[in-house]
Amino acid sequence: MRTANRLASLAFVLLAASACASASLEVPVETPIKPKIDVSQFSRVYVAGFVAGGSEDVDGNLESVRLIRNQLKNKSHLKVIDADVLQLMEAAERTPAAGVTITDAAGPGTGFPKAVKDDSDLKAYDPLFANTGYWKRIGEEMQGALIVTGSVMFTPHSTQGYVQKEQEVYDTFGRRQVVPVRTYMERKGFILRPKFIFIDGRTGAVIYTETFREEVLYAADQASPALSTYFELMDRVVPAFLSTLSSQSIRGTRTLLR
Amino acid sequence: MRELKKALTLALLAVAISATAAVAAGDRKEAQAQVDFGIKVAEQGLWKEAIYRWERAVALDPTYAAAFNNLAVGYETAGLFDKAKAAYERALELDPKNANIRQNFDLFKEVNERANRKPTR
Repeated sequence: MRTANRLASLAFVLLAASACASASLEVPVETPIKPKIDVSQFSRVYVAGFVAGGSEDVDGNLESVRLIRNQLKNKSHLKVIDADVLQLMEAAERTPAAGVTITDAAGPGTGFPKAVKDDSDLKAYDPLFANTGYWKRIGEEMQGALIVTGSVMFTPHSTQGYVQKEQEVYDTFGRRQVVPVRTYMERKGFILRPKFIFIDGRTGAVIYTETFREEVLYAADQASPALSTYFELMDRVVPAFLSTLSSQSIRGTRTLLR
Repeated sequence: MRELKKALTLALLAVAISATAAVAAGDRKEAQAQVDFGIKVAEQGLWKEAIYRWERAVALDPTYAAAFNNLAVGYETAGLFDKAKAAYERALELDPKNANIRQNFDLFKEVNERANRKPTR
């Protein structure tokens, strides 16, 4: 009788456990994200070039154009135009203010910094992006393509202060423990601030602008080449950039319940 | 005679209450069946059908937190973020301590935030 009772209890426990296990179910899901701008009127995209500044170790213009063109080739339905990369800083000097017809004979502009080091230097180039005449002419050369341009600031950055780290300690019995400790550290790294400007090549007008900011810090004694850090930071920005132009899907899991 | 009447009234009341409960229980059972079927088809990737089933489940039993949770997940996969948010909120209202619903909602909020990320001019 006692054995029968035990068996019955065990069966009940097993049943209850299986009921609990089947009460929820993890399933893979793909969440679609609509593009932020409607690019259905365009079949081609021209990544023209960027006003780049900050670190001299990375050519922010060329590297950004190459990276974005490659990403668009792989992950967008738009045909990517492989034309020459524009040197916008030089173009800005040759380009008169918005609304004025551009000629090759236009004299060099004034007020452009020789190297872009901060936001105020970048601001000097704003009129170039607003110059519909200039962009319309570029657009005509590219058969009315969508133009991607903007600026890329990639600047070295260092900081010092207390940071929380996890440290392994062993007690008197030799047992391992991980405890948080606050240590003073000098760290260095980079800040990446790309600003993407989308221009309608048929009209030269700005359709959409988006700015990102990413940063990474390493221990001061850790050597990390600027170019690899640039790609590390760009990797974080690219998905959001692509979601501006084309629909993306985010994969994940959710729990369904009974 | 008075006592007999009283007893009769009570008996009638009891029958009425149990009948109502039976209807509610029936609805709940039917809602559960819809939820189970929805899960089955969702596992096969037939999310539209799953959404239809879970919509029926919450119509039958508007207090069924699990059905609202599943419906929210279904709306998410269809890109219907506003509806998904409302369904998650309702699910949490009905079952605030459910860790699964809360986790789903947190994951949804991350995705939703990314989808609606405003340009930082």
